[in-house]
Amino acid sequence: MAKDKPPAALQIKAFADHHVITQPNPLRKVLRRVPESDLDDPVARAEKALAGLSGEFKNWMAIEADRLSAAHAAILRDGFTDATREELFRAAHDIKGDAATFGYPSASAAAESLCRIIEHAPDLDAVPSNLIAHHINAIQAIVHDNTKLDTVSIANELSQQLRGVADEYLAYANRDRPEHLEAILAPSLVPGE
Amino acid sequence: MFRIDFNKLRFLVCDDNPHMRRILRTLLHSFGAREVYEAEDGATALEMYSHYVPDIVITDWSMPIFDGLELAQMIRQPESKGNPYAPIIMLTGHSEKRRVTVARDAGVTEFLAKPISAKGLYQRILNVVANPRPFIKTKIYFGPDRRRNTSNAYIGPERRVGGEAEVMQQPSLLDKARSST
Repeated sequence: MAKDKPPAALQIKAFADHHVITQPNPLRKVLRRVPESDLDDPVARAEKALAGLSGEFKNWMAIEADRLSAAHAAILRDGFTDATREELFRAAHDIKGDAATFGYPSASAAAESLCRIIEHAPDLDAVPSNLIAHHINAIQAIVHDNTKLDTVSIANELSQQLRGVADEYLAYANRDRPEHLEAILAPSLVPGE
Repeated sequence: MFRIDFNKLRFLVCDDNPHMRRILRTLLHSFGAREVYEAEDGATALEMYSHYVPDIVITDWSMPIFDGLELAQMIRQPESKGNPYAPIIMLTGHSEKRRVTVARDAGVTEFLAKPISAKGLYQRILNVVANPRPFIKTKIYFGPDRRRNTSNAYIGPERRVGGEAEVMQQPSLLDKARSST
């Protein structure tokens, strides 16, 4: 293991208000030079393995969608508390992150829209209950009727419509909260692949 | 062209979602990794970090007990007995610029937004293995150098002041940690 190699000494350069600390790369020895003709492709291998797992994605997605519905049911029953809000956000956030990998990109988009509502609405009790319910129902429909919906791009249309309505609500509700408005309007910015 | 000998690397994966952990495990094993340890919350991950001394940490952001951001902050303790220098890859559904900045300021080495791809994960791992950045320690920050590039076009205040004062050779904290156990 790389960790079994003796660690190299740190070199610390001290400046007036900061230190710069370097050490010889402790992981350098796991790098191996191979000829350009090397045919081994670890990314292709991993993609193939992921494809082999895809038979389970439908079931996983149904579990995630049911978790979201259960979180919503808890809110309908108990109202927005720290715990119910957190669980709804976590369930939606997981779908936002996982659904595209599982083959449900429209569910991911609808879940992202729901996350934005939960994160940026000034008062969740004041959010029209239908707005949240429509997101939950849309995700359930996309997941459970995937073969009927996603392939004919109705799901895509549905998630876009939801996002439009949610953004319109959030822009209005946050009209006096510039920091939220900025976050709502800012594009997603992450390092690309 | 370089390849990584994944079978010589030890990974710690931290995600509260069992499906995502399964995907990560599948990808890492397909790359060739043999040692992949898994935690479902930040507290367990911190314990496993101390116990297994992984070479690379891959963590989600949103998790119960304490989250991936707090995990990164706890690992990046310069005076800790453990290894504060391990690369941390934050794999998260958060994709807003503000989140990327917060993760960077917590000492995260690489940021990878979900949905995960084999290519994206491989490239982040290759980057932390092949191009480690020096660490910066200030009164309020300890972590990888947040300046990835030197920009001649930068306009603004110089936030690091003072000329070079001295160079000190010190044994690795990792070395000290291991010799004390």
